[in-house]
Amino acid sequence: MSFVVSERKAAPNLGSTSLRVLAVVAAGVLLAAAPFFVYPIFLMKALCFALFACAFNLLLGYGGLLSFGHAAYFGAAAYVCGYAAKTLGLTPELSILAGTAASALLGVGFGWLAIRRQGIYFSMITLALAQMVFFFCVQAPFTGGEDGMQAIPRGYLFGIIDLNNTLAMYVFVVAVFLIGFGIIWRTVDSPFGEVLRAIRDNEPRAISLGYKANRYKLLAFVLSAALAGLAGSTKALVFQLASLTDVHWAMSGEVVLMTLIGGMGTIFGPVVGAVIVVAMQNYLAHLGSWVMMIQGATFIACVLLFRAGIVGTIIHYLRARRGGSSGQA
Amino acid sequence: MQQHAPRPSGPTGDGDNIIETRGLTKEFLGFVAVRDVNLKVKRHTIHALIGPNGAGKTTVFNLLTKFLRPTSGSIHFNGVDVTRTAPADMAGQGMVRSFQISSVFSHLTVLENVRVALQRPLGISFHFWKPRRTLHPLHERADELIEWVGLTPYRDVNAGELSYGRKRALEFATTLALEPEMLLLDEPMAGLGHEDIHRISSLIKRVAANRTVLMVEHNLSVVADLSDTITVLTRGSVLAEGDYAAVSTNPSVREAYIGGVHA
Repeated sequence: MSFVVSERKAAPNLGSTSLRVLAVVAAGVLLAAAPFFVYPIFLMKALCFALFACAFNLLLGYGGLLSFGHAAYFGAAAYVCGYAAKTLGLTPELSILAGTAASALLGVGFGWLAIRRQGIYFSMITLALAQMVFFFCVQAPFTGGEDGMQAIPRGYLFGIIDLNNTLAMYVFVVAVFLIGFGIIWRTVDSPFGEVLRAIRDNEPRAISLGYKANRYKLLAFVLSAALAGLAGSTKALVFQLASLTDVHWAMSGEVVLMTLIGGMGTIFGPVVGAVIVVAMQNYLAHLGSWVMMIQGATFIACVLLFRAGIVGTIIHYLRARRGGSSGQA
Repeated sequence: MQQHAPRPSGPTGDGDNIIETRGLTKEFLGFVAVRDVNLKVKRHTIHALIGPNGAGKTTVFNLLTKFLRPTSGSIHFNGVDVTRTAPADMAGQGMVRSFQISSVFSHLTVLENVRVALQRPLGISFHFWKPRRTLHPLHERADELIEWVGLTPYRDVNAGELSYGRKRALEFATTLALEPEMLLLDEPMAGLGHEDIHRISSLIKRVAANRTVLMVEHNLSVVADLSDTITVLTRGSVLAEGDYAAVSTNPSVREAYIGGVHA
């Protein structure tokens, strides 16, 4: 009798933990085997966008804040990283850190302004600020304007490892992704993450419990911007290019799309969403502007059929099944 | 729970009143919602704020909890002027409010709901690099509180999936986690069925054993049953004050309710 009770109590935790461990192992095997089957540049692109989407999801899924200007942090970091590597001749890891730091700083300023408003007004402020960054990048002398910043050297990691070797670059990008993903996972699972989710669910109640909501939102905003910058910097080294596409509002829209398709507020959802969107862009490229149509249709289908996104729907399904079986036990 | 040591009374000469307002007034664009309200709430009592619709009960409530700023007048909590204190700081001073719509964190489990209230004094709520198990020492206290409100079987259920009455109970557990001296309840019975009303009202009685409770409530039988003191508001001003017997026989109160008070 007592055995049954304790088993039932432990089941939910055990289930979600073992599921996560399984997902991590599967992802690890996939990451190790993938470059031998799939075009490595595509994989690196997918990883950069997956990290970007995860960073965005930290703010939307766990903070409940819909930023419509995340391209600013992604793109600005790409330019700063490119400038550091190309003009200043810094090593790749330092260039990436420079880009990330720049985005974090931008996040402090923009976040401080935007969190003063809520809902649609918050989104509009982030969009307006991102447009300012876009037009700055169009005009500024060092960005290369319409041509973008080209031929950014990948350089030697720590001054030793030649990143022009595709496999070395791939391993490096995987490492960057895992570090960024790890930071996000830990943040979501931390004491801070719990307070952040509480504020997302019910801000007035969180305030009445004594939490100054805006400070938590700002920290979430800065973390999200910095990690979006980490993704943008890495992308600049992968493609050896930083361009206006990276800071364009369409990029901000794309990351919303990836997060919603995969499932916002889930750890792995944005990764799945990013891979799907990047795969569509790459493998359907020969269809020209039809890609946009297919993307739009996919998005509509996802919103209509699985509102919680692909991963969110899978989690709901598993939970419902487990709930049903434990109810019978 | 009930065995907690009594809280030290505030640094005040008038130590009997935990909260006191002086000339509290709130105007919205020329409309005076609350006019010159002098409210005194005695320590360790249940005090109810009643009145017809539009009487300004909710406005007074929001002023007391600092969610609104008064146009003039002052609010004293434990003898300290808190008129300009930020709402988030009131919890630290020992005053916690509830909301009319039952207010839980729906995507957090019952345990997490209580834990989030317990973790604030630890001062690690910005530590995004610390693992979740940092919070595990709080579970013992959280489980106690969850048991106290009768939610132990629902410990790992998302709060959003609870029934309305159980959400209320969870709200109490979360509020009590802060060990407040004073609770402000905004229509604690709103939207509850008969059984739940009974459960929550006995909960309020247990909570009030060594605390002060101020509530806004429509359900007069609940008010009659629970309150030590009742303040009746009409058109933003205090009409009458006293225990239920005194208030319910007051002719002007009967008039204000147009026979709505059934003793």
